[in-house]
Amino acid sequence: MTAELGHYALILALIMALVQSVLPLIGAHRRDHTLMALAGPAVIGQFVFVSMAFACLMYAYVVSDFSVMNVAANSHSDKPLLYKFTAVWGNHEGSMVLWVWILAVYGLAVTAFGGNLPPVLKSRALAIQGLIGLGFLLFSLGTSNPFMRLDPAPINGNDLNPLLQDPGLAFHPPLLYFGYVGLSMPFAFAIAALIEGRVDPAWARWVRPWTLLAWISLTAGITLGSWWAYYELGWGGFWFWDPVENASFMPWLMATALLHSAIVAEKRDALKSWTVLLAILAFSLSLLGTFLVRSGVLTSVHSFASDPARGAYILGFLILVVGGSLALYAWRAPALKAGGTFKPISRESALLLNNLLLVVGCGTVFVAELYPIVLDAIDGSKVSVGPPFFEKAFAPLMAPLLLVAAAGPMLAWKRADLPGVLQRLSLAFAALVAVIALSYALHGGPIGAAIGLGIAAWLFTGAAVDFFDRIKLFRAPLSETLVRFAGLPRSALGTTLAHMGIAVLVVGAVAGTAWRSETIAVMKPGDHAELAGYTVTLTTIGESKGPNYTAQIAEMRLERDGELRGLMYPEKRFYPVQGTQTTEAAIRTTWFADFYIALGDPDEASGGVGVRLYHNPFVPWIWIGALMLVVGGGLSLSDRRLRVGAPSRRRASAAQPAQAASAGGGP
Amino acid sequence: MSEQPEPIVAQELARPIARRRLWFALPILVFVGIAAALVFGLGRQGDEHARDLPSALIDKPLPAFTLPPVEGYEVGLSDADIKAAGVSILNVFASWCGPCQVEHPIWMAYAKQSDAVPLFGLNSKDQPENAANWLKKLGDPYKLIGADRDGRVSIDFGVYGVPETFVIDATGRIVLKHIGVMTRKDLDQTILPLIARLKG
Repeated sequence: MTAELGHYALILALIMALVQSVLPLIGAHRRDHTLMALAGPAVIGQFVFVSMAFACLMYAYVVSDFSVMNVAANSHSDKPLLYKFTAVWGNHEGSMVLWVWILAVYGLAVTAFGGNLPPVLKSRALAIQGLIGLGFLLFSLGTSNPFMRLDPAPINGNDLNPLLQDPGLAFHPPLLYFGYVGLSMPFAFAIAALIEGRVDPAWARWVRPWTLLAWISLTAGITLGSWWAYYELGWGGFWFWDPVENASFMPWLMATALLHSAIVAEKRDALKSWTVLLAILAFSLSLLGTFLVRSGVLTSVHSFASDPARGAYILGFLILVVGGSLALYAWRAPALKAGGTFKPISRESALLLNNLLLVVGCGTVFVAELYPIVLDAIDGSKVSVGPPFFEKAFAPLMAPLLLVAAAGPMLAWKRADLPGVLQRLSLAFAALVAVIALSYALHGGPIGAAIGLGIAAWLFTGAAVDFFDRIKLFRAPLSETLVRFAGLPRSALGTTLAHMGIAVLVVGAVAGTAWRSETIAVMKPGDHAELAGYTVTLTTIGESKGPNYTAQIAEMRLERDGELRGLMYPEKRFYPVQGTQTTEAAIRTTWFADFYIALGDPDEASGGVGVRLYHNPFVPWIWIGALMLVVGGGLSLSDRRLRVGAPSRRRASAAQPAQAASAGGGP
Repeated sequence: MSEQPEPIVAQELARPIARRRLWFALPILVFVGIAAALVFGLGRQGDEHARDLPSALIDKPLPAFTLPPVEGYEVGLSDADIKAAGVSILNVFASWCGPCQVEHPIWMAYAKQSDAVPLFGLNSKDQPENAANWLKKLGDPYKLIGADRDGRVSIDFGVYGVPETFVIDATGRIVLKHIGVMTRKDLDQTILPLIARLKG
């Protein structure tokens, strides 16, 4: 019964989406306020019905109703309650419902916080969101109905893929989706602005915080996924450049670019058509990401092969949304008035350079992502593009980006004083040279890694110098410094923290990739292994039982110079329902390195067990850096001037020299 | 840096409108190219053999194997059994696999047909008692079943998801690999005509 109720609610939501997308659009065209006002109730209605459908699906999972095919295929009665919840979105059908639900939440946010938006712009944007919702609901109901019944109902379910039964991954998809769908906000407003033929600072002021929110969620979601891969997959790596990761990385790169160009659009009324284009591209890549991963177009041809209707719909929908909006862009964007002018040496130029590098970087990933598909389409050959390509093609693009990131916040709007900025960067330059020399001397290459660390030091120092200059640390009495610190806009703090976070993250990624060491050994209790100056001893190995798995747990002593540094307990779990194993690596972390142990398969010949040991220098810095990004983004978002509904026009004119120095959030 | 006030007019303003239009149309042109490639790619997937994933085993003889019976059965399955049976079907299934249950009635119905070729089962990575219960409850359409407890033979067959179905010709070569649920439509339009051709 619940399943039918959910199905029915989903159909009602579809009708609401139809109302939301068509009527306000007509209303906006005719300047008919009655029709435009219909968007509000339709948004609320859609939210209510999608919530109902989502709740019904969740209920079916919690009570383990295996007569619902989706539940039978992805859940099991023995599964811990948390994973019954998370299994709702751990599969294609359920994740589509989550997607639509988040979209409905964002729609609700527009009606709730958009009180001071021009009504025409608002109703058009809501209509665009309604159209997106319509597309997804049609897809869901037509090809991926989560409420399909199964008759006869199986006695028990197929269980969620054990790899997904993990707290890190439980919250990775919702966060990622919150980011993906969040990018529908700038997209909807970009399309609305194109229809209207006008982009003004008020538009950018609305778009910026929402882009920032989406960006924060994306950052957190991607980090969580990477962290999960690190401790769960048992290979000691944190980023594999696989298609699924790239699918979320591309919208992130675009959103990062959008975040920065929206600043220019807001503060300087320039780069407007470019900002609109970025908003379209960012959301297009979000859509691609959603479909690539969830529908498995890329990773497994299974779902495509078993249901070509699904693939055809996805492709049609993508072409309609992306092609439609780009066509609209080609038609309407030339009419957008160009705004503020600037010199080649100015903050605008620095931000534009940031944008170009990010977009080209994203393009690189895109080509590598689609190249195998296109090649397959042309002559049927199967290839994959791996990490070596990305290290060669992507890293060199990011180096200048990070160099500019240190200088950008120091540059003035419109026209900057280059010698002055270069002078302020001298300390950063010293850090760059010193770190390159030091890391090359200590490790002896690879030289690319040393340069990477040097650039990170440059960025960190540059951001710190800029921050200290602003609060006049050591240049003015401490009391003035404190007053300045208290008066600093939060978005400026956010920028500093996020740029430093990127520097910290780069150190972790570069050092963790270049200088990690590993060894693989077959060990029996009492055996030793040596790695990176540590001695690891396998003391005992035993069995234990979890709620829906059995586990093999080893106890390892980690010693350095004969001194005990800790006991580590790597696990290998076996999930009988799906017949799969998972690795739970034991990680002992210091601030500067991780010692990482993963249990492998038993070696029948010797009676021992395979053990993989990794020493990963600076990997904890990746998570610290990512956290700084998220906190920095949050600080920017909490900036009063960015907060939705804050008085806008008056503040914009007041925000000239003093506050113009604040570039706003993001790296 | 010179101090003269000479604001650089944003370049887009200076350019004639027609050439500007071209720049704004560039994104859509690039997109059309990509979309065309993807549609073409999917289109290929839609033709006759596209849904049979490239399998290294197509047109190759069956891999050699001998499997023990499922719990409660007397006889297992080997490649020799399949070769001796002439044109036949090998279906990979498991009790833990939801989609297998979906396609199971199709096999039950097929096995009752008078012109049916022998249907063999490969029980992949299953618990013995679960497999036995499953067959008892839902019925057993298979002539012989091999229990592939550790999944080794499944690997030899290149199985990467259950269910999968293979069609084998009279000389013991694999002619077709079908991935995913076998629907009535797949059976009637692809599998049965192929079998008729192989027999005829």
